[in-house]
Amino acid sequence: MIKSRWMLFLFVLFSAGAIAAGAHAEVIGAPQPWEWYFRTAATPVQEDLIWFHDLIFWVEVVIVLFVMALMIYIVVKFNAKANPTPSTRTHNTFLEVIWTVLPVLILVVIAVPSLRLLFFMDKAKNPEMTLKITSHQWYWSYQYVDNGGFGFDSNLIPEADLKPGQLRLLDVDNRVVLPADTEIRLLMTSEDVIHNWAVQSFGVRLDTVPGRINETWMKVPAAKIGTYYGQCSELCGVNHAYMPIAVDIVSKQDFQRWVEQAKTKFASADDAAPMKVVQAETQSSIDAR
Amino acid sequence: MADTHAHAHHDHGDHGEHAHHPTGWRRWLYSTNHKDIGTLYLVLAIIASFVGVGFSMMMRLELAEPGLQFIHDQHFYNVILTAHGLIMVFFVVMPALIGGFGNWFIPLMIGCPDMAFPRMNNISFWLTAAGLILVALSTVVGGGAGTGWTVYPPLSNHTFHPGMSVDFAILSLHLAGAGSILGAINFITTIVNMRAPGMTFHRMPLFIWAMFITAFLLLLALPVLAGALTMLLTDRNFHTAFFEPSGGGDPIFWQHLFWFFGHPEVYIMIIPAFGIISQVVSTFSKKPVFGYLGMAYAMASIGVVGFVVWAHHMFTVGFNVETRAYFIIATMVIAVPTGIKIFSWLATMWGGSIEFKTPMLYAFGFIFLFVVGGVTGVTLSNAPVDMAFHDTYFVIAHFHYVLSIAAMFAIFTGMYYWLPKMCGKMYNEKLGQWQFWITFVGVNILFFPQHFLGMAGMPRRIADYPDAFAGWNMVSSSGAVVSLVGALLFFYILWDTLRNGAKAPANPWGIGATTLEWTVDSPAPFHTHEILPEIKAEPAGHH
Ligand SMILES: [Cu+2]
Repeated sequence: MIKSRWMLFLFVLFSAGAIAAGAHAEVIGAPQPWEWYFRTAATPVQEDLIWFHDLIFWVEVVIVLFVMALMIYIVVKFNAKANPTPSTRTHNTFLEVIWTVLPVLILVVIAVPSLRLLFFMDKAKNPEMTLKITSHQWYWSYQYVDNGGFGFDSNLIPEADLKPGQLRLLDVDNRVVLPADTEIRLLMTSEDVIHNWAVQSFGVRLDTVPGRINETWMKVPAAKIGTYYGQCSELCGVNHAYMPIAVDIVSKQDFQRWVEQAKTKFASADDAAPMKVVQAETQSSIDAR
Repeated sequence: MADTHAHAHHDHGDHGEHAHHPTGWRRWLYSTNHKDIGTLYLVLAIIASFVGVGFSMMMRLELAEPGLQFIHDQHFYNVILTAHGLIMVFFVVMPALIGGFGNWFIPLMIGCPDMAFPRMNNISFWLTAAGLILVALSTVVGGGAGTGWTVYPPLSNHTFHPGMSVDFAILSLHLAGAGSILGAINFITTIVNMRAPGMTFHRMPLFIWAMFITAFLLLLALPVLAGALTMLLTDRNFHTAFFEPSGGGDPIFWQHLFWFFGHPEVYIMIIPAFGIISQVVSTFSKKPVFGYLGMAYAMASIGVVGFVVWAHHMFTVGFNVETRAYFIIATMVIAVPTGIKIFSWLATMWGGSIEFKTPMLYAFGFIFLFVVGGVTGVTLSNAPVDMAFHDTYFVIAHFHYVLSIAAMFAIFTGMYYWLPKMCGKMYNEKLGQWQFWITFVGVNILFFPQHFLGMAGMPRRIADYPDAFAGWNMVSSSGAVVSLVGALLFFYILWDTLRNGAKAPANPWGIGATTLEWTVDSPAPFHTHEILPEIKAEPAGHH
């Protein structure tokens, strides 16, 4: 009895902790010191991407080691001391055919999964919601077109205003909040110059081009709920290094709760004229499409 | 083995060195002599490299630690990264490999007295020199061009770069491009019409093949760049809207035009390197080139295919999936002829009696590092993986392995190999080998960790970065310092050779050096091959 009460207590404690953690989501997709490999994959696209990268990577490691072995052999066996009389052989048809055909076969082995992944990552099949991303010099704005059409700007938190635990050059005032287990269509455009919305853990990296709307997608499973970071990845002027991306992936329920709050929060904060103008513009351009 | 009668010219050639030609500054300003113009190009490349390398050192020092060290104006950082790219591509690598070695050794190696159009050769050089002055000015006038060497609009248009700086950069490329087009016409005409009797196309040294193919790439690619630059110039100054979405234009149109030039440009820089490496590997292995015809046609096919792969630089601009699929396949095709070259070099060395003198060390280093840079190219050719790497340090690492390392290594290879012929003196072999090892270690410490930064997602072209990237950046920056020591040592060796070098014989490299430049005196007299050498036998590598 006592034992089960303890269990109950622990359970409550744990749940409370989990809810608290939900409010300050666990950071999953941030760069780590001395990292030399990909960040944790959060989407099926990025998981496949890493698998496919590793396939190419090991093929290439074998090729590099093979060439290195041949070169070491050449240094040892065919230096002027070890081999005073050079051979005069300048042809070997069999060898020449082999080193032409073998690379072709290797490339075919690489090309097949490459194209499969390319078509898989291209567009959402059945998007459940759409996030509209607009880049500016030098911040991002986001519109939730399927959730009441509210939108907000997302600016870098300057170094002086950082709270403990916040990441320099990565944390923003208003994070993008998106639901887990949801196929999300991302539409991107730019108001001024070309930028690039890149979040590595999602396998998303797409230019935002003025006059164009680019499309891609993402879907994060509930197991990967947490915070993810990215940075603008196309030179866009003086503050190119200062327009990061921060995304909170939350459960569907938390997302609905957040949407209700956000509608009021950003509706009032939104009276600043420029935001409205941008929204109107991009809405009509979506319609036009 | 080539069997030539080139020594015959000694009977008549004495007047060559005392021929009437202008002296002092007139000799250089008015020069129509291929050797003098070649020297001018090499000097230009050396001067430009002080600026280009200086800028890269500034960037690496700034990036050594997170936060801003001494560049407090981010725009200034963008300006120096732009100038670094433009200067290294157009005013260091191209003038050294093409204008420098090409002018010096095309006539010497095909056995003709000079280039086909000597006066045009002069204007080619001075247009390039004027281009260097304009690009240097572009960093100081009108606020400086902070666009990246790719000059993508809208960032490069009048709204976002209102000063004159981008116009200066555009006109600089116009001039350097015009110079290169004229040079290419000269190279093609010379190689087609002026080969020594008996030197058929299939008997040309591979360096000549390389320069021939490069000249065609220049001739076809640079006019496209010139057209694109002109459109950008009128967009900026006369309110046209080629790249303006608000006027019906499209910024992506610029990217297509730029990379239609830009990708062949990559091969413009590396195919001459292939040529130099082939000569050096054959010379120091004392063996003819293995698979000569395969080597020549591999370069030709790289040149041809290089024109239909440009959009692999644009995998993230958002064009449709079928287009990307095509560019993946086309790009991967290039790996096949590249592989042929690598394996043929290895087969040339196989069974050889190799002297690891400094040029051979550099050629050896080139081959290995080109393989490393080449395989990461295969990684990047796959658009899905490019979604992880586009505009990250992985791309920086990749193209510096094939350009900063491989193309620069080829320049060092050529300098050590041909220095005795150009200045008539031998460099200090011991110092040369030290210089190789310092540079080899330095560039690898400099660029290899950048693969890791790219894997971790660090974007390129930023002066400050999230703190987690600090470790590898510090390693990379210390590699830059080591590389700088290597570069400075090279300039010391150059100075030491000119001042104290021992007299070089006509052929310092022994029986492996079979091409015609080794049949004339060292230094090569002002006029050479006045009596045409006759090629009687098959050249190196073809039986
Ligand atoms: Cu940006």
